[in-house]
Order: sequence, then structure tokens, then C-alpha cells
Amino acid sequence: MSPRAACRLGTLGFEHVYDYVTGRVDWFARGLPREGDNAAEPRAVDFALRDVVTCHLHDPISAVRDRVEGSPHGFALVVSDGGVLLGRLRKAELAVNPDATAESVMESGPSTVRADTPPARLRERLEQSSLTIAIVTDPEGRLLGVVRRADLPT
Amino acid sequence: MVEQITYPRLRELLDAGAQLVDVLPAQEYADEHLPGAINIPLKTLDAAGTAQLDKTKAVVVYCHDAL
Repeated sequence: MSPRAACRLGTLGFEHVYDYVTGRVDWFARGLPREGDNAAEPRAVDFALRDVVTCHLHDPISAVRDRVEGSPHGFALVVSDGGVLLGRLRKAELAVNPDATAESVMESGPSTVRADTPPARLRERLEQSSLTIAIVTDPEGRLLGVVRRADLPT
Repeated sequence: MVEQITYPRLRELLDAGAQLVDVLPAQEYADEHLPGAINIPLKTLDAAGTAQLDKTKAVVVYCHDAL
């Protein structure tokens, strides 16, 4: 729809026309502010906790383990320099050789959800998969936080 | 000339004062839209419908996901 709108504006004499091709789906998936009658309805990102431990590919496990022990979550997430989610380190994986790198023991490509996922749908998905945590990323895969199933409304 | 953009360019344009137009039907706009967007549904996008816009300034249009 927006490509046709942009074209039409050009025919009406508008000089500088831009088409935000990924539209509001992209905007909402980034967890950015919304306006409108339904804007106050919470989404997954509104339940996201930002206190999850993160590390980089080449960090030694020994440097991650203590931080996870002191964290409310039993895992760490491996991210790129730009914050893109690359993997997950569960507690059991942190018990291996302390000189191992995060990259060598991480679970690659953990499943994620979008920031604008309705909480009821997210809870249902987590229950169906017997999961207690969801990882929230933006459309570029950058980590936004984690949502605990227990925090989602029933 | 129409330029297709993604979020980083959108951010730049909005910061520079671009006009943001939601071309979805009025009810969809009423439900949810981007902050600061005005609604001009595609079906009303003509000379009269766009009279409130400044033709010399940047205009960004969007819909749900371009389809």
C-alpha cells in the first residue's frame, strides 16, 4: 500500500517522498512508542527484564560464571559488539573448562520473540513448549531483554 | 522520485522534521500508529486530502508492512 501512496504523492508534486517499506510492523517490533486506542495494551517488550548477563564470543567461561551466579537468571546470552544475539550459555555449560570460550560451548541461535508479541500469545507459546523464559530481540536481532513466563498475565 | 527507506533513515528524517503519513484506513490508524503520524488513507490521497502537507518538505509514508 505505501509504495502506491508514495508514487501518488510524487504525481501530486511532492518533491521529497520516502517510503518506510517495512512499516509499522517494523516500528512496533522494535518496541518503540505507539499511539492510538490500543497503544496502552502491553506487549512482550513491556515485560522484558534487562538484567540478563551478556558476554562476547571470545570471553572465557570463567569470566561469565561468577556473573551468572550473581544474576537472577541461570544463564548468559552471547552477543556481538553491536548487541546482536548469537547464543546462550546455560549453567551446565558454564561448568566446563573455565578456559573455554563462550563461542566454543554456547548454544547457537536460540529462539526469540518480537517486542510487539501480545503477552497472552507469548505465554501460550511458552507453555506449549514448556519454556519459562523468552528472549526478546529487535528486527536486526539485537537483544532487548528476557521475559519470564511467570511475569505474563494469565 | 521515491526513496525506499528502512528504520535508520526514517530516524534521521524524523529528527530533521519530516512529515509522517500513515496511509492505512482510518480505523487501523485509530487502533495504533507511529507517534506524530497523520492519517491520510490511500483512498483519500489526492490534492484535497494532502492539502495539509508541505510539498517542499520531506514526506514519509508507511502502512502495515508495504503490502
